[in-house]
Amino acid sequence: MDLFSNLATGFGVALSLQNLAFALGGVFIGTLIGVLPGLGPVPAIAMLLPSIYTLDPTAALIMLAGVYYGAQYGGSTTAILINLPGESSSIVTAIDGYQMARKGRAGAALAAAGLGSFFAGCVGTLVLAAFAPALAGIAFAFGPAEYAALMLLGLIGAVVLASGSVSKAVGMVLLGLLLGQINTDPLSGVERFSFGIPELTDGLGFVAVAMGLFGFGEIIGNLNRPSESREVFTRDVKNLWPTGEDFRQAMPAVLRGTALGSLLGVLPGGGAILASFVSYTLEKRVSKTPERFGHGAIEGVAGPESANNAAAQTSFIPMLTLGIPPNPVMALMIGAMVVMGITPGPKVMVENPDLFWGLIASMWIGNLMLIILNLPFIGIWVKLLTVPYRFLFPSIVCFCVIGLYTLSNNNFDIYLAGVFAIIGFLFIKLRCEAGPLLLGMVLGPMLEENLRRTLLVARGDWSVLLTRPISGTLIALSVVMLVSALLPAIRKRRDNAFRD
Amino acid sequence: MRIKSEVDFWSGVVFIVVGLAFAMGATEYRFGTSARPGPGYFPLGLGLLLAIVGIIELIGALGRERNDADRITSPIWRPMLVIVAAVLGAGFLLPRAGMLITLPLVIVLTCLATSDFKFREAFGLAAVLTLGSWLLFVVALELRIPVMPTKI
Repeated sequence: MDLFSNLATGFGVALSLQNLAFALGGVFIGTLIGVLPGLGPVPAIAMLLPSIYTLDPTAALIMLAGVYYGAQYGGSTTAILINLPGESSSIVTAIDGYQMARKGRAGAALAAAGLGSFFAGCVGTLVLAAFAPALAGIAFAFGPAEYAALMLLGLIGAVVLASGSVSKAVGMVLLGLLLGQINTDPLSGVERFSFGIPELTDGLGFVAVAMGLFGFGEIIGNLNRPSESREVFTRDVKNLWPTGEDFRQAMPAVLRGTALGSLLGVLPGGGAILASFVSYTLEKRVSKTPERFGHGAIEGVAGPESANNAAAQTSFIPMLTLGIPPNPVMALMIGAMVVMGITPGPKVMVENPDLFWGLIASMWIGNLMLIILNLPFIGIWVKLLTVPYRFLFPSIVCFCVIGLYTLSNNNFDIYLAGVFAIIGFLFIKLRCEAGPLLLGMVLGPMLEENLRRTLLVARGDWSVLLTRPISGTLIALSVVMLVSALLPAIRKRRDNAFRD
Repeated sequence: MRIKSEVDFWSGVVFIVVGLAFAMGATEYRFGTSARPGPGYFPLGLGLLLAIVGIIELIGALGRERNDADRITSPIWRPMLVIVAAVLGAGFLLPRAGMLITLPLVIVLTCLATSDFKFREAFGLAAVLTLGSWLLFVVALELRIPVMPTKI
């Protein structure tokens, strides 16, 4: 079969000593930044970018991918042991994981997260290998209308799946799209909203914005919370092996989480964070004993952790086949590929089969390394968590500043991140989620370009988006999603009104 | 009518202000037509759309009874002022004074963001992090970061 011969090629590439070393390096860094609260894969990859340009592209991408999915493993450790999401996709893991730790069952929670992630990672990689070629085939038939519709679907997906109010999420996406308008217009060459600042003519650097909002903004937010409430359960990490009862409860959650994550990862705007949120909601809904959730239900750990890891793998599909970044991490990967002379899109698979299949095979190997790194060697990471936060946040600020500077050897991005730290804190105060904003910013310029090309070809007729079969289907899907999200919101608001 | 939800009300205000600002800025650029959209076409549309979403948010935040859970608690200013000052300061100093001077200053300043700050710890951390960053980023990864102050 084609798939197997391709995978054989891939393993041939991924098992070379050099690529194995880079995969190990990537997953090690990934776990490390995943464990450290407040330092996610975006700043870490941004810091690595300048130093990898001279590497072989395959090795470089294998390492960057490892950082991304490695962070999904590491993030759960922090969430479970100290109730702080080490990585934003572990936010929901903290809810039940931490409660399990308080009951002395930290080991079982860690094992459920690790084993679930491993299973999901393997399945996600298989999904990637099986569906990416098919999707790349379809992608050749994509015109600007289809690309625009797909991105619209992604943005609406981000709105629908964001926690909290729908109208705020819509606002945040629009805000992101507007921030994406600060650039040089690709079609007419006009500089927009640059206020004469030369650095703004290339657009706002989204790494700087992400570090400001998520890195610095989160630190300020964390320091605004009383620190005494955080209890660290590092001494209770023994009995890693879950009981039979645990297995029985966690297994279906892992399966559901994997399926959900694989699906949501493909969606532009999906990715690990959303997958984990949706999985938690789903587990709570299908559970016969929903009252256990929030008090240490193992499904609440196993489901979301599987989902975020599956999504981390499958979010490579739109990136590798369509050249669309479904999340900021993938946008960075696309940036890295472009600098190394590879144009992301359906042609990657044909023109660079070694890179494409090597990367996929490396993910399976990387997941194997991660399960070893995160279960038998859990002690190392636990030690890291005993470092108090007052040592951690200055370190994070220090690394972020260096990362920001090395992005373009310019201090402008540092200033930008400083400004967005204030904005990020404002968003925390107003309970607006910054995730949809960042996605809008990343997809904005691409969406605009494709929409304008569509309109040019159609002579200003917006309805082509609906009449072309693929884009019409995608738009219909987005409308269904948006309406279904609005309905329960209306109902809930009514319920609240009645209670008052 | 009174403000029911403070967080929603002020989110609405932010959306309206930013949306209108972008829409107004966009009028500086050629709007074009739908058949030939110009550089102002999308920012104007998006800005107005954001303002509309803001208005919806704002109206939804009004009501008779005040929702105390949605009140905006007054922030603790110290962490924000200190972190932002440290980041902006780093941006100013790094290309001028080099990392061996900038990082210790920035790290000690950052440590001031919490009240359980101890001088000895801050200086120790600054020393360790500066040395570590130099070894990792300059020696090992060979990134081009200014190390020493540039001559004026």
